[in-house]
Amino acid sequence: MATRQTRTLARIMMMPSVLLLLVWMIVPLAMTLWFSFQNYNLLNPANVSWAGLFNYQFFYTDPAFFQSIWNTLLIVGGVLFITIVGGIALALLLDQPMFGQGIVRILVISPFFVMPPVAALIWKNMIMHPGYGVLADLFKVFGATPIDWFAQFPLLSIIIIVAWQWLPFATLILLTSLQSLDGEQKEAAEMDGAGLVARFWHLTLPHMARAITVVILIQTIFLLSVYAEILVTTNGGPGYASTNLPFLIYRTALLGYDVGGASAGGVIAIVLANIVALFVMRAVGKNLDR
Amino acid sequence: MARTASTGQKIAWTVVAWVIALVIFFPILYTIITSFKTEPEAIAGISLIPSGTFQNYIDVETQRDYFRPFMNSVIISLGSTVLALIVAIPAAWSMAFSPTRRTKDILMWMLSTKMMPAVAVLVPIYLLFRDWGLLDSRIGLTVMLTLINLPIVVWMLYTYFREIPGEILEASRMDGASLWNEIIYVLTPMAVPGIASTLLLNIILAWNEAFWTIRLTTTNAAPLTAFIASFSSPQGLFWAKLSAASTMAIAPILIMGWFSQRQLVRGLTFGAVK
Repeated sequence: MATRQTRTLARIMMMPSVLLLLVWMIVPLAMTLWFSFQNYNLLNPANVSWAGLFNYQFFYTDPAFFQSIWNTLLIVGGVLFITIVGGIALALLLDQPMFGQGIVRILVISPFFVMPPVAALIWKNMIMHPGYGVLADLFKVFGATPIDWFAQFPLLSIIIIVAWQWLPFATLILLTSLQSLDGEQKEAAEMDGAGLVARFWHLTLPHMARAITVVILIQTIFLLSVYAEILVTTNGGPGYASTNLPFLIYRTALLGYDVGGASAGGVIAIVLANIVALFVMRAVGKNLDR
Repeated sequence: MARTASTGQKIAWTVVAWVIALVIFFPILYTIITSFKTEPEAIAGISLIPSGTFQNYIDVETQRDYFRPFMNSVIISLGSTVLALIVAIPAAWSMAFSPTRRTKDILMWMLSTKMMPAVAVLVPIYLLFRDWGLLDSRIGLTVMLTLINLPIVVWMLYTYFREIPGEILEASRMDGASLWNEIIYVLTPMAVPGIASTLLLNIILAWNEAFWTIRLTTTNAAPLTAFIASFSSPQGLFWAKLSAASTMAIAPILIMGWFSQRQLVRGLTFGAVK
């Protein structure tokens, strides 16, 4: 029943959001693209010249580049694996009858609300510190030598911290999905003599498939740009052992003052994110057609 | 036919669940406990019973001026959320109530801006902020977080508004209500819960944002994320103070988070899981 008048009004109401996001998307993107073809160093800002593909070549031939891409993928893959498997297990557990279910649920989801610098510093100092950390104390109790986590396993340490932050998110979404499973279906399967494993495999897991997809896709967006956790723990080291692509770009830009190089890295990061985005849009788009 | 678990089973599940939940919660719990210890106690090995001093909280305020980053966090997260709502409510409204053929495309495009990795535009944003004098300013950071969260806000509001039945609008129009009356008396009361949920989730996201808040500030406008990150350099000996600062930084958002579990699922999955 939309008249022309309401349609015009609707367009006007949408304008501010659309314009803001349009500017926000186009201006910095165009600048990054432009800078990526320039020789531009902040230490020598008077001397800017056309660089052609030099910045890309420079980034590409830097051994840190491939390591940082590899680290980025390891962080995404590692955290996804832990949070999906752990999330399914926790969701199944929280769905069981128990006393104090509400409180258990609150305890489990809490890490998600802890800001990244706090989460990382808690783990770095209080839990994983080789001298005074809780894990070191536990190791000593059992007569083992404490592990110097951030020196020996820098990337794994970061994966553990980030997984701790995202496990609640996966759990909460999978639990929500689990609870929408029809109780009668469960009972029917039970009466038909389906065992615990069979019920999980043929009923529960397919029901959660969509939620699992959503968790994977959304976490991937955030995990591709893990930053603060690396900054306050390893600072990307030792060497480049825990440097991911965002951290490498930050290093190039604000520590190396290399605007051109960092912009080339930025363009590469956008390409990487877009490959992932392609899948995200498809999945969420399907939901919209419901 | 309701299934009833035996009490024995229930107790077993309770024990397993509580043990696992406490392990997951332990880092937070231990931070809170450590914040009530003295500095020597904090590094003296595991102990779950602190001496109960409040000195760390006082020290963090007097020595590190805790109140300023705290207020910055409040102003920036609230400010950016309100700004985003002002811009997003009309947009979500019109998309939900007078959708056109392009509405879906616009929504998907808005979502796609979220896929752009922040770090990819660090250089241009940093240079623009420097040239415009916005580095280390609350206004700059507020606008930044508004833009970052705008797509999520539009989406969340859209999924809520879409659930308001359209027939009710037609009925009120039949009764001769003007557009203004329609908005004030019919739609607003039905839209308030959705707006409140969006507000809550967005404050949480803005409070915990830890890329732009750290990179675009130094001291004056630094919110808690940047403040806490600055604790990363000094080793040991400051753990009790760090714990006190951390506890204060996460407590308000933790409590808000507990109340917004449902909204969180819905908002962060763009309505795909409810």
